[in-house]
Amino acid sequence: MKIAVCVSNVPDTATKIKISAGGKEIDKTGVSFIVNPYDEFAIEEAVKTKEKFGGETVVISVGDDSNKEIMRKALAMGIDSGLLLKSDGALDSDGVATLLANEIKDGGYDIVFMGKQSVDFDTSMVGQLTASKAGINCITVCVSLTIDNNSVTAEREIEGGREVVNSSLPIVITAQKGLNDPRYPNLKGIMDAKRKKLEEKAVTAPSPLVEVLEMSLPAPKAPGRILGTDSSAVPELVRLLREEAKVI
Amino acid sequence: MSKLILAVIEQRDGKIKKSSLETVSKAAELGQKLGYETIAAVPAASVEESEKIAQYGIGRIVKLSNSAFSNYSPSGYAKAIVEFAKENGVEVLLFSNTAMGKDLAPRVAPLLGAGIASDCISLEVQAGELVAIRPVFAGKALQKVKVNSAVKVFTLRPNVFPLVENSTSANVENVSIDSPDLSTSVTEIKRSAGKLDVAEADIIVSGGRGLKESGNFHLVEELASALGAAVGASRAVVDAGWRPHGEQVGQTGKTVTPSLYVACGISGAIQHLAGMASSKYIVAINKDKDAPIFTIADYGIVGDVFEILPVLKDEIKKVTSN
Ligand SMILES: Cc1cc2nc3c(=O)[nH]c(=O)nc-3n(C[C@H](O)[C@H](O)[C@H](O)COP(=O)(O)OP(=O)(O)OC[C@H]3O[C@@H](n4cnc5c(N)ncnc54)[C@H](O)[C@@H]3O)c2cc1C
Ligand SMILES: Nc1ncnc2c1ncn2[C@@H]1O[C@H](COP(=O)(O)O)[C@@H](O)[C@H]1O
Repeated sequence: MKIAVCVSNVPDTATKIKISAGGKEIDKTGVSFIVNPYDEFAIEEAVKTKEKFGGETVVISVGDDSNKEIMRKALAMGIDSGLLLKSDGALDSDGVATLLANEIKDGGYDIVFMGKQSVDFDTSMVGQLTASKAGINCITVCVSLTIDNNSVTAEREIEGGREVVNSSLPIVITAQKGLNDPRYPNLKGIMDAKRKKLEEKAVTAPSPLVEVLEMSLPAPKAPGRILGTDSSAVPELVRLLREEAKVI
Repeated sequence: MSKLILAVIEQRDGKIKKSSLETVSKAAELGQKLGYETIAAVPAASVEESEKIAQYGIGRIVKLSNSAFSNYSPSGYAKAIVEFAKENGVEVLLFSNTAMGKDLAPRVAPLLGAGIASDCISLEVQAGELVAIRPVFAGKALQKVKVNSAVKVFTLRPNVFPLVENSTSANVENVSIDSPDLSTSVTEIKRSAGKLDVAEADIIVSGGRGLKESGNFHLVEELASALGAAVGASRAVVDAGWRPHGEQVGQTGKTVTPSLYVACGISGAIQHLAGMASSKYIVAINKDKDAPIFTIADYGIVGDVFEILPVLKDEIKKVTSN
């Protein structure tokens, strides 16, 4: 089976966001980047799928040289090789998906794992866009996955429960926490990763369909009120919730 | 031919979701401002509550109908919507950013050559153009965007856009979908028994490591039940296996915008705040006065959850039964 996993590079979730001088992007100085947390579930599932069915695994990322570090982490977790789609221009989700879809069609992949969402721009759509553009199937927000010959059954998280979804290969699966427990790269994995092939391919960024007009920080909240230090403050709290906030 | 805005409607158990009606309200408002005609499309086997759509301002309701559409089919719904949109020259499509809308809208957009802005918290006409605001970095920043393709798709965050009554008469057209694409389809729904989901709840009571052990979570559950609220959790207690992941609030859990969020024994790490900071009112109960949760709480009690929660539950029961 030919298996891909797509990873995105995101600021550490503890990052304090600052806006850059142009007012349209974040200021990246001093920001450290990590593998998008949901992509760790995608990587793990790709490795497990190969362990079960054999074949090869490739980690694909669209971006620049700075993406190599997270790709090495995927290699250390057991992915066989890497492909960096190196793009110079600005990309929106649609552009990333176009590039991934081209690669996936050309590469003849059977299954492509992604995260359900990047925790930077929180768009939650590269998986679906890629599948739609490549003309293949897609199941999002998966918490369980079974592959049997050509057929795929997954459970996806919805409001108040799960949906059981049936489909077939080739397919894009987007991973939600709960799909598996990602392994930690061990020392051998980290050493091996250094020797694994990480190929680069120059690609041209399609022109973005979504234009960012401005980026801003939300207005800071006015300081709240401390009502007390024990349960004697409870009646006042309940009164405020009823009379001032009017939420109960 | 006048230009068209299409609101895509989601039903569960024969009922139209509140978030879809929020989308209808917004579509009706934008239609009026832009001079576009509005249509509501319901991919379904049957439509029980069309009058509700009309109540919030869209009278022209199109049922994209097939008996297989009683369950969600990502491929089937997408193809039906795309074909309808193409045939009728739809220019703007609105979805709500629910589990279904998030899944469906990005399949539809590329097939219409459309750009898409997801999870919008504002969508307004500015100088004749649609301008959206969407939270990024889990609400730590806001992005103002416009979509430059001819056809435009937006998904709207639930619980943010108001329901605006604007009654008109319902006129349901039936478009039968004869050969639906069922290559990806839902075969079964497994419900978490009787539980209200944090993503849809108007009030949430969340517990964190301050509860000390999973056995103490009944304190949170009882307060939630007194308030008719959903139970939420910090990642610390989800990772510890005390609570299911579906309850996790935060950057790698759910983003919530209830009218009231009560944080019990939660420190307020930046990743937790990211998921709940835009709640309308926030109450924090924590014994550490320097806990970061107090920086965003409207009302706080610096005290012991074990002492406060039972009293709070009783007091709530008292006032809400009056
Ligand atoms: C990549 C990444 C993603 C993350 N995503 C999320 C996420 O989505 N959601 C999330 O919640 N976290 C997330 N986290 C974890 C986050 O950083 C915190 O570790 C977590 O939120 C802490 O949970 P907590 O507040 O329950 O526990 P703690 O931080 O341990 O806080 C417990 C609090 O309880 C108080 N307390 C103790 N005893 C009592 C008592 N008797 N009465 C009253 N108060 C008491 C303490 O003063 C303390 O403030 C993420 C972290 C990373 C690295
Ligand atoms: N630049 C990228 N390169 C490779 N994969 C990506 C990229 N951006 C997003 N993805 C994948 O798409 C998923 C969803 O991201 P998003 O739609 O941006 O929220 C991520 O979890 C990744 O698996």
